[in-house]
Amino acid sequence: MLKKIPRSNLLFFGAALLVFAIIQVAISTYMLNDFWNTILRLGAVMAIVSLGLNLIYGYNGQFSLGQWGFYAIGAYVAADITYRWTNNNDATGLAILLFGVLLVGGAIVYLRSVLGKIRGLDALSAFTMYFLATLILGIASVYIGQWVGPAITALLMALPAAVSLQIVYILAVIIAGIFAAEVSFLFGLPVLTLGSDYFGIATLGFTIIVKVLLDNSDTMLGFQEMKGARGMIGIPKITSWFWVFLALVVVVVIMRNLLHSSYGRAIISVREDEIAGKAMGIDVAEYKILAFVIGSFFAGLAGGLYAHINGFLHPNSFNFIKSFDPMIIIVLGGLGSITGTLVASFAWALLLEGVLRLVLPQGFETWRFVVYPLLLLLMMLLRPSGLLGAYEIPFLRQILPPLKNLGKTGKPEAGNAAPVQEATK
Amino acid sequence: MNAAINQKPSLIETVIRKRLLGKGFLTAVAILAVWKLVASFLAGPTIFMQQVVNGFQLGFVYALIALGYTMVYGIVRLINFAHGDVFMVGAFASYYAIARFGLNSWPSRVFPGLPVWLSSAIGVITVIVVSMLACALLAFIIERIAYKPLRTAPRISALITAIGVSFFLEYFGALPMAFGPNFVTYQRPFEVVNWVISTSGIVALKPGQAPPDNTLILSNISLYIIIISLLLLFFLNFIVRRTRVGKAMRATAYDKPTSRLMGINVDGIISVTFAIGAALAGAAGVLYATAFPQVYFVMGIIPGLKAFVAAVLGGIGSIPGALIGALIIGEAEVLSAAYISTPMRDAVAFTILVLVLLVRPTGIFGEPSREKA
Repeated sequence: MLKKIPRSNLLFFGAALLVFAIIQVAISTYMLNDFWNTILRLGAVMAIVSLGLNLIYGYNGQFSLGQWGFYAIGAYVAADITYRWTNNNDATGLAILLFGVLLVGGAIVYLRSVLGKIRGLDALSAFTMYFLATLILGIASVYIGQWVGPAITALLMALPAAVSLQIVYILAVIIAGIFAAEVSFLFGLPVLTLGSDYFGIATLGFTIIVKVLLDNSDTMLGFQEMKGARGMIGIPKITSWFWVFLALVVVVVIMRNLLHSSYGRAIISVREDEIAGKAMGIDVAEYKILAFVIGSFFAGLAGGLYAHINGFLHPNSFNFIKSFDPMIIIVLGGLGSITGTLVASFAWALLLEGVLRLVLPQGFETWRFVVYPLLLLLMMLLRPSGLLGAYEIPFLRQILPPLKNLGKTGKPEAGNAAPVQEATK
Repeated sequence: MNAAINQKPSLIETVIRKRLLGKGFLTAVAILAVWKLVASFLAGPTIFMQQVVNGFQLGFVYALIALGYTMVYGIVRLINFAHGDVFMVGAFASYYAIARFGLNSWPSRVFPGLPVWLSSAIGVITVIVVSMLACALLAFIIERIAYKPLRTAPRISALITAIGVSFFLEYFGALPMAFGPNFVTYQRPFEVVNWVISTSGIVALKPGQAPPDNTLILSNISLYIIIISLLLLFFLNFIVRRTRVGKAMRATAYDKPTSRLMGINVDGIISVTFAIGAALAGAAGVLYATAFPQVYFVMGIIPGLKAFVAAVLGGIGSIPGALIGALIIGEAEVLSAAYISTPMRDAVAFTILVLVLLVRPTGIFGEPSREKA
């Protein structure tokens, strides 16, 4: 027997399908020109990055400015894979990174299960072990990849060119996400033990270090095709509206299901009160790293998508100044609100990239970034809790346990925070 | 690994109890750094010493900026991202004071009889004071318009506002009607004199003369920077430790509601703190532009960030901490630019910060945090 599907789910997926179809039709019939098409895709990519950051900061309360660094990592990883495939017809890069992320991911999961049993292990010692394991497996995967690479190349060459490109692209985007997640795990393990603002500064430093490395990717890292500060060109432009929209819907559904599970409630409890969470038996460090890794996975994924929108990557797009953008979006949309983040991301892309460019008269283009902070200041002064506050569309609203009817507390203040409080009463 | 635990529990246990793996990792990093430094020193002692002097020069400028961060953070727990841009405005204010109004040469024009060094010193001090006043006024206005209405809002709102103010100062400054989007060559407020220090004594270099090999070169820029920074630091320390305003500041930083109950005008003290911090940043702007004679609209970002790192490294809220942290960051930046690689100098500062925070979570001079007892 089929389980009854809630009406909100049907509504959500129906609405998603409708939005996708309308915009897809508009794009196919050239009603939307390339300019708006690109802006919509950028908005969707921005939404994925911001959702990841919302998980880290909005739901878990860890003030991270490193989201943009993971986004950059994802972009360059995915771009490098597809670049090597389209320009050199060589899947060795794909093979190396595929085996690399799988081996390292497996090792991290295995080591976590082993090290989790050791009591009193400090974060830095654990980091040292993970770091050594990653180093060894990374080198091993280079050899494995070079050995397996030609076979994978031959396999992909046997397929039609368009199909193989799409396969490489999908794999590249997913690998980019996992790669960013693994880096965030290694980085977050020691750094998450710092306090909130110190964590913010350390992650800001991470973004800056990533940018410096990308500026010198051809000389210091030895990836000639990334061309360092000159910018990477020749990436296939294959991120269509379909792919970004699909990724966005998948990310929203993952976020929703995660947050409505016991994991999600534990993540939120870390934000609400760490000490109370600990007293309830929640492994605070574990949930901090879980939220950080998943959020960074989204950032890497979005980076992979972004790399294939314009076909051009420049380290300046990953400047730490830009790392405030997702932070601004989630604060404007409402911390801890998925709906707000989605609305704010698209509004941000449409407004800043689109409308302000068109509305401002000739010769006043430079005023765009003068108007933007003023709008920001006004927003902060008038609506400090964000555009939508804690509003969620029905699909994303947490189905509250029956306890809700007993309490006369009225509307929960922060959307998803309420069930935790009620469950603990 | 499970088997190993069963066989030799004592060894593994000691390793975990004493956190030996993590300590070993940190020790390895430290040994690598020390080895690199010693090797560089042995390879060329005079060049190395020259870099150390340059590092001090940079470090003292960072210290002045870091004080603004550390004081503001100590009182309102806000990472004031606009502080670096106030520093930029200070540099531009001094640029206009020198290039447009010739403020640095007023003593020699008004009192032609004064000795050269005295009139030059008075001119430099005038320029610095003008720049400090401009920055203090700017910070006071920013604080009143942007931060004060958000005193009770969540901290993130104030942070986003700070970022907004920072963007505004940068991009408004980039408009042609303000500072313009170009690099502007800065005219130093005094004549540069270089001295060559070698085994045979200290000799002043003539303009255009190439310095001899294997000697240490000291310029009056370094002297000005170090002397002025130290004077300002002592002055600030005096204000904070010995005056009523300083006492009120410390009380406000410690406990705002109680200070208000004790009759302290908390909002006024916060404004004064912002203004003092910005004045120091203005002085730093003049000194930085003198050392690296170029001003442009985003010049404040990276020094501002480095100074914040220095403040955190030294322990936020501590004045000696800001100085020590800034000197460490300045030396690390110059030495890593000289001996590791130039672009990595930004990365090194942050790596040092993370490593130090792992060992001392509140910075070198920081007190243990009182949050959430």
